[in-house]
Amino acid sequence: MNWGFLENVLSGVNKYSTVIGRIWLSVVFLFRILVYVAAAEQVWKDEQKDFVCNTRQPGCENACFDRSFPVSQVRLWALQLIMVSTPSLLVALHVAYRENREVRHKRKLYADKGSLDGGLFCTYTVSLLFKTAFEVGFLLAFYFIYNGFEVPILIRCSESPCPNTIFLYIMGCTSILCIALNVIEFVYILWKRLWKCVTRRYIPVEERHWNTSCQLNVIKLPDLPCHPTETPQLYSNHVHNFKSIANTEQSLFLLMCMFI
Amino acid sequence: IPLTYFLWSTDALLCACRMSWPALHTQLVGANRHSTSLGKIWLSVLFIFRVMVLVVAAESVWGDEQTDFTCNTLQPGCENVCYDQFFPVSHIRLWCLQLLFVSTPTLLITMHVAYRNHRDKKRLLQVSYKLESLKKRKLPIAGPLWWTYAFSILCRLLFEGGFMYALYVLYDGFRMPRLVRCDQWPCPNLVDCFVSRPTEKTIFTVFMATASSLCMVLNMAELTYLIAKSIQVSEGLHFYRPKQVHLML
Repeated sequence: MNWGFLENVLSGVNKYSTVIGRIWLSVVFLFRILVYVAAAEQVWKDEQKDFVCNTRQPGCENACFDRSFPVSQVRLWALQLIMVSTPSLLVALHVAYRENREVRHKRKLYADKGSLDGGLFCTYTVSLLFKTAFEVGFLLAFYFIYNGFEVPILIRCSESPCPNTIFLYIMGCTSILCIALNVIEFVYILWKRLWKCVTRRYIPVEERHWNTSCQLNVIKLPDLPCHPTETPQLYSNHVHNFKSIANTEQSLFLLMCMFI
Repeated sequence: IPLTYFLWSTDALLCACRMSWPALHTQLVGANRHSTSLGKIWLSVLFIFRVMVLVVAAESVWGDEQTDFTCNTLQPGCENVCYDQFFPVSHIRLWCLQLLFVSTPTLLITMHVAYRNHRDKKRLLQVSYKLESLKKRKLPIAGPLWWTYAFSILCRLLFEGGFMYALYVLYDGFRMPRLVRCDQWPCPNLVDCFVSRPTEKTIFTVFMATASSLCMVLNMAELTYLIAKSIQVSEGLHFYRPKQVHLML
């Protein structure tokens, strides 16, 4: 078992992400998981064996190593990668819930199950917030446990049972880019939502009972009897999604937009 | 033919024994189709927060536990004896066993479904039911399958609780001590022995205990949901739910 499991899970979530979300995923795979597996694990492989103390007192090396490195960097990175990848599963869970609902009610409820509108938008935003929180949390943990991002060459230790001792060590770090990507993605989807709200046009009640074949035909041949008076702009993607929303939900939706 | 299904399930167990976690994952995902939503969430939590963390991180933390267990003595054999006294079963092996035992009750469900499919095969094939759709059909959790499912959740809860308690009792809590004092023969007197990486081991023990508790909570919620649903159905209380579907979600 290796990181392949996590990669499979994340690739599944990929199709419900925005463009920036996919960039984030590529960064995580290429620069973090790959680097971790190929390099970091090898570099830290024999960390305690190469931790040399200037003493022959038994137990001193154990005590000093434990005091200086309460958690190993590689393990902290592994935990960070696992925790940061997990919020994406919330989105996959939500889409699965939508699919389940369609099966239960035995009719098509959503024009596009994966589009980021309504509840899925909230879930996506929440998952982004969690990801950023975990990243920041782990970076802070790193900073405070190791007093910065530099690995010292020499550490002085006076843990019992040691007399005064001196050690040797070597190291290297990257997750500020991922935090930046998450923040950019958050701003991007908020901007997209705002743009949708601002440029949306209201469609009268009788036009809402379309069947999908009618909609598809209209995209190709605008002069079909469906709605010849509408301009082609109305058949763009975001209005297509809007049409699937029921009457009573519109006001709530608008309220949410205004609130954002 | 039921024997083949039985052999297939024991094969799953053997895969897990040889620590072939991907094979176990394949078996469990197959059984997952018949679970409730909470059961599916439980499976994801199990694999991401427990199996993955165990394999990726915990095994390397405990890798050098005996080689770096140093005692303040030159007496040969003293270190081995003291290590054995304080660490009768390694945390890693205990967790592997726990995960194995906790995953096993799910196979009961798979076996039950396979038995039902085998029993209904002849009858359904006569009604021109295709073999593939027979394998893919999702049985509702009712009747004997409900009892099997509830029993499997109960077993999971018992195993989780049992192993957590065993860990707590064996190691006197979830903390790993830095120093242990030992005077077993052949150690000459009371000898100080130092454990390697005690803080990291404590952190991982606490993390695994938390994940285990989360799994227990999910199992209890699932059991409550099953019982509530069966009471609702048996008392004939069909609450009328208007057909208005909330499309916001």
